[in-house]
Amino acid sequence: MNKKILSAVVGIAAVAGMGASAASAATLDDVKAKGFVQCGVSTGLAGFSAPNDAGDWSGIDVDLCRGIAAAVFGDATAVKFSPLSAKERFTALQSGEIDVLSRNTTWTMSRDTQLGLNFAGVNYYDGQGFMVRKSLGVNSALQLSGASVCVQTGTTTELNLTDYFKANDMTYNPVVFEKLEEVNAAYDANRCDVYTTDQSGLYSIRLGLSAPDEHMVLPEVISKEPLGPVVRQGDDQWFNIVKWVHNAMLNAEEMGITSANVDEMANSTDPNVMRLLGKEGTFGEGIGLGNDWAYNVIKEVGNYGEVFEANVGASTPLGIARGVNALWSKGGLQYAPPLR
Amino acid sequence: MAHQTGVSADADDAGRVSLMNDPKARGLVFQALLIIAVIFLVYSGVSNAIDNLARAGIASGLGFFGERAGFDIGQSFIPYTNDSTYLRAFFVGLLNTMVVAIIGIFLATVIGFIVGLARLSKNYLVQKFATVYVETLRNIPLLLQLLFWYKAVLSILPSPRAVGLEPGVEVVFNLNNRGLYMPRIVPEGGAQFILFAFIIAVVAWFFIGRWAKKRQMATGQQFPVFLTGLALVIALPLLTFLVTGMPMSLEYASLQGFNMVGGWVIQPEFMALLLGLSLYTASFIAEIVRAGILAVSHGQSEAAFALGLRPNLTSRLVVVPQAMRVIIPPLTSQFLNLTKNSSLAVAIGYPDLVSIFGGTVLNQTGQAVEVISITMLVYLTLSLLTSAFMNWFNSSVALVER
Repeated sequence: MNKKILSAVVGIAAVAGMGASAASAATLDDVKAKGFVQCGVSTGLAGFSAPNDAGDWSGIDVDLCRGIAAAVFGDATAVKFSPLSAKERFTALQSGEIDVLSRNTTWTMSRDTQLGLNFAGVNYYDGQGFMVRKSLGVNSALQLSGASVCVQTGTTTELNLTDYFKANDMTYNPVVFEKLEEVNAAYDANRCDVYTTDQSGLYSIRLGLSAPDEHMVLPEVISKEPLGPVVRQGDDQWFNIVKWVHNAMLNAEEMGITSANVDEMANSTDPNVMRLLGKEGTFGEGIGLGNDWAYNVIKEVGNYGEVFEANVGASTPLGIARGVNALWSKGGLQYAPPLR
Repeated sequence: MAHQTGVSADADDAGRVSLMNDPKARGLVFQALLIIAVIFLVYSGVSNAIDNLARAGIASGLGFFGERAGFDIGQSFIPYTNDSTYLRAFFVGLLNTMVVAIIGIFLATVIGFIVGLARLSKNYLVQKFATVYVETLRNIPLLLQLLFWYKAVLSILPSPRAVGLEPGVEVVFNLNNRGLYMPRIVPEGGAQFILFAFIIAVVAWFFIGRWAKKRQMATGQQFPVFLTGLALVIALPLLTFLVTGMPMSLEYASLQGFNMVGGWVIQPEFMALLLGLSLYTASFIAEIVRAGILAVSHGQSEAAFALGLRPNLTSRLVVVPQAMRVIIPPLTSQFLNLTKNSSLAVAIGYPDLVSIFGGTVLNQTGQAVEVISITMLVYLTLSLLTSAFMNWFNSSVALVER
């Protein structure tokens, strides 16, 4: 509670006092001056952004931040992470407390246009789902009328939930918490019958429950949840950097460049590969970075496919299939503009 | 004396000295300067914030109040649906805060007075028990106590399905992890007369009290005001209830589908918050009460005994009135604390003002500056109103000193 007021007050103070420097000055210069990227992440969502027992963060949202650090400094470890609740995240970005928000955040029009923020792409296409106890004998979300539903406040989830039950003429009893861990604990304690959030989140949360096998995710996906990194509006250079780090990781996968073979591929004569790895053209200059920016991202972090497989893919406990997150050339939605 | 006369003679001369050296004029100038500086600081802060919000492309203004909220709230004392406006959501949160604060203040005061008196009891067990209560509860942070009540006590209750309820079978009382279920009174036609009867009884109690006091002043005879009043308040509505043909029915809760349906429910979040707030604040009130009573000199009660007053009357007429003037000012602070501490509700999912307005609404609209300012203003207003009421109460019970 105090922390929230504090961050809001800090936000107000920052906006009031040094808004000019926070909003329009070059984030890249600030980042270079302090020597690291300050990245806003979740308070712990396995596969997306979660600390391990040694305090090291991992996840696909985390790897995007590492990619940005690799592009700027050539060093993927030059990142500091700020765990943020859903409620705190936008204020933290607006106030300049963090440089980029990479925290499974849904891209919506109002967030893009009214908060002074810009979404720099989609690094995970998600959709909202429901998790229930198998013992309830429910196999469709349409049977959930009258249920108590656990949900996290300050999310698009809360609104989609309302819309879905309304559209299907069902009632429910919302049980709302601010922190993800509180929602998890309440659901685990059977305070509610249903847990709703993005499906990827449900799979991740299920692993942390006391008896994961007793729970199932219902098949319905009730919303579009394009999750992506967010930056402050008004700093196009930094916006471009974040956007193109993501694009570079996608293009690298498309070209078959991985962290393992990037050095070998650097000798390629394919002009596409040469442009991406900085052997041809001056694409790095266009975003204020060295020409080897994309090489560093791939070398230190890997391409999109590698990051996906390492964090949420079939070999991980989450076991999420690529599905709509496959490259466009493989039937998915991930499509990056060309480097040209 | 001679010296002082000299000084005042100098001061008389000061009328002819320039304003620069007049301490009064200088004081006024400095105060005016300070006020101007404060106004300028506030003005520049506000205008700077507005400018920067506009420059950063963040929406501002209070227009969002009229928009559709689009989210649901678990507990509401006024009609609210997801089609209601943000303004209505704000009032839902405000009412939820006020309800928990008012009931909390009432409970805390009652428990506090009982424990405070128990600490002065001559009974060893009662006195030790009260001491342990006070020393334990006031020395553990409130947030932890709330989490304890919510997570360690109420959350581990079984679910409605697990307590062995049969679907569709009505139950009178049931406590499970979805809340405490009780029968709900459903008023039917004519039920308003019962309320009228109750109001009449209360008013009658008041006038009987005044009459009895007057009579005692005149004749010295006493009248059992409390018992008569209590009898009236119970009997009159009960009689009306019977005469009007029992225009009320009870609705019981039953398990239907996932949840209990019908009846009257107190949700676990509300229970945990109320328990935490009132037990915690009661431990401070107990100390205030004890201090207030100990502040009344022992000679007062000895004098009362010497006049032949019984212990009961001694404390009611001599000790308590004198203790109250020591008790009430710090009691006000505790009431304010309780109201403000109710904002910790956010940790256990109770939909209070901070959770609904400072949480969900803030996040859905993104207008942090407006939302946080309004939330702060609301708590300020609530606190000032509480203080104003307590000050009025204090002056009405204060002893008239000569």
